[in-house]
Amino acid sequence: MINSIYQLTAPRMIEVTYGEIDLSEGGVLIRPTHLSICRADQRYYQGARSKEVLAKKLPMALIHECLAEVIFDTTGNFKPGDRVICIPNTPTENDDIIAENYLRSSKFRSSGFDGFLQDQVLMQPDRLVKISDDVNPDVAAFTELISVSMHIISRFDKIAHSRRNSVGVWGDGNLGFITATILSKLYPDIKLYVFGMDYDKLSYFTFADETMHVDDIPDDLMLDHCFECVGGAGCEPAINQMIDHINPEGTIALGGVSENNVAINTRMVLEKGLRVFGSSRSGRADFEKTVKFLEDNKVETHYFETLIGETFDVRTISDIHKAFSADSALRLGKTVMHWNK
Amino acid sequence: MTFAVVLAGGIGSRMGNSDTPKQYLMLGKQPIIIHTIEKFFVCPEFEHVIVLTPKAWVAHTENMIKKSLGETDRITVIEGGSTRNETLMNAIKFIEGKYGLDDDTIIVTHDAVRPFVTHRIIEENIEAAKKYGACDTVVPATDTIVESQDGEVISQIPNRATLFQGQTPQSFNAKKLKALYEGLTDEEKDILTDACKIFAMKGEKVYLVEGEVSNMKITYPFDLKVAATMLGGDFDA
Repeated sequence: MINSIYQLTAPRMIEVTYGEIDLSEGGVLIRPTHLSICRADQRYYQGARSKEVLAKKLPMALIHECLAEVIFDTTGNFKPGDRVICIPNTPTENDDIIAENYLRSSKFRSSGFDGFLQDQVLMQPDRLVKISDDVNPDVAAFTELISVSMHIISRFDKIAHSRRNSVGVWGDGNLGFITATILSKLYPDIKLYVFGMDYDKLSYFTFADETMHVDDIPDDLMLDHCFECVGGAGCEPAINQMIDHINPEGTIALGGVSENNVAINTRMVLEKGLRVFGSSRSGRADFEKTVKFLEDNKVETHYFETLIGETFDVRTISDIHKAFSADSALRLGKTVMHWNK
Repeated sequence: MTFAVVLAGGIGSRMGNSDTPKQYLMLGKQPIIIHTIEKFFVCPEFEHVIVLTPKAWVAHTENMIKKSLGETDRITVIEGGSTRNETLMNAIKFIEGKYGLDDDTIIVTHDAVRPFVTHRIIEENIEAAKKYGACDTVVPATDTIVESQDGEVISQIPNRATLFQGQTPQSFNAKKLKALYEGLTDEEKDILTDACKIFAMKGEKVYLVEGEVSNMKITYPFDLKVAATMLGGDFDA
């Protein structure tokens, strides 16, 4: 069966190409319905990656945040019409110790191979998680991003010591918002602080106990654990601020992506006996937890709805460009494409 | 109920050197007709997929389907008629015999030689046929269309903005199509070679579904080369 694939061939250039889907290989044929744009997609689209990376990765279909509908299933796990979240991480081996999203052999859609800007995609059943029709599809579209926060928090839960009176989240963007939302629900007894650079954006964090501009943090404010959801150039001062404001033996969870090396105060990391751990992407277990979270928690799902910026009905390649262009101007929030191409 | 009707009646006389009907030529790893059938087979809306081929190719087509999709009772290959409309009537007769025709029976008819049809085009055909009773898949005309009554001089050049090129699928309420076709005289049947035209001539509305330029018809050797080139890119589906 012939499939249409919409690939980024050069920055800001999307072209259709055609591939064959071999149904005899077996799997679940899905049709993407709601696609959400991630910052990583935007970086490829804008050409904000090194020349070498672009030369290696392109042409490639973008988008790894995807809600889809099952069209056809040879595996007997789904029925046509089921709404599913697609897991972009695609492991090629099993490992009892190392999680699927950390195996160097795993491939990731819209990074190592084609993402979901396609007419249809043949997936393996373990790369799909069924989601209730009750969850707002525009929120379901960015389940992958929510699952990244869920993954960070799950790891925090395993790594951090049990004194969790006060926790700080640095970052007033999407990742900070989602991480803080989940923390506030899963750990209602924690005093939750959110630190950011933008008073307007901080005003959305109504569920946090306190929000503060990073320039206004009192010297004597001390936290048991910290989450870094800043990324980019801002993560260096953010991590150093965390080191200053964290109690001994606290845990710092790093979640923001930086293209550059980051200089941090390791002397104080040593002196305070801190645990600093990193997280990247997410795996099936995180998706399952996230889907359950969305299905069970209406209020928090409503918070996530406030992140939905513009939605675009995409019928042409030019509509894809419009969506990416609008997304690049967003200060906070997610752009969702309703895939009707 | 909704049925897919894949029309593979042509004998491919236009494919130049090849004696094989064009729908059976290989495109990538599969014959063209299998690419097309699969696109409809995977759509859950279709109760059944009916494939109409020249008599001599029925068994061959069945074998091909079995090879690519295994045993399935959701596809039936039957012999086409002498004209496109007669072929359609054969499909309707099959549906009537096996499932019965009612006011909600929809057929989505498609050329076997258009394997690049997309999921959206099929879905919008089903939707439009259910809602309006008939629809045609079209793309805006890009070339200037010139009309000549005698084939020597231009009689008129219609405004291109109002012109579209017809593709398939064409989709219909089966009962309505049957009634309209049976109401035609033999002379009308000879002239009205296109089912949408039957609807339009009888004053019935035929709605437009937006096609894709890529939903091309593989008619000439040139088309097959283009199609093979389209598939030849570096991809990972």
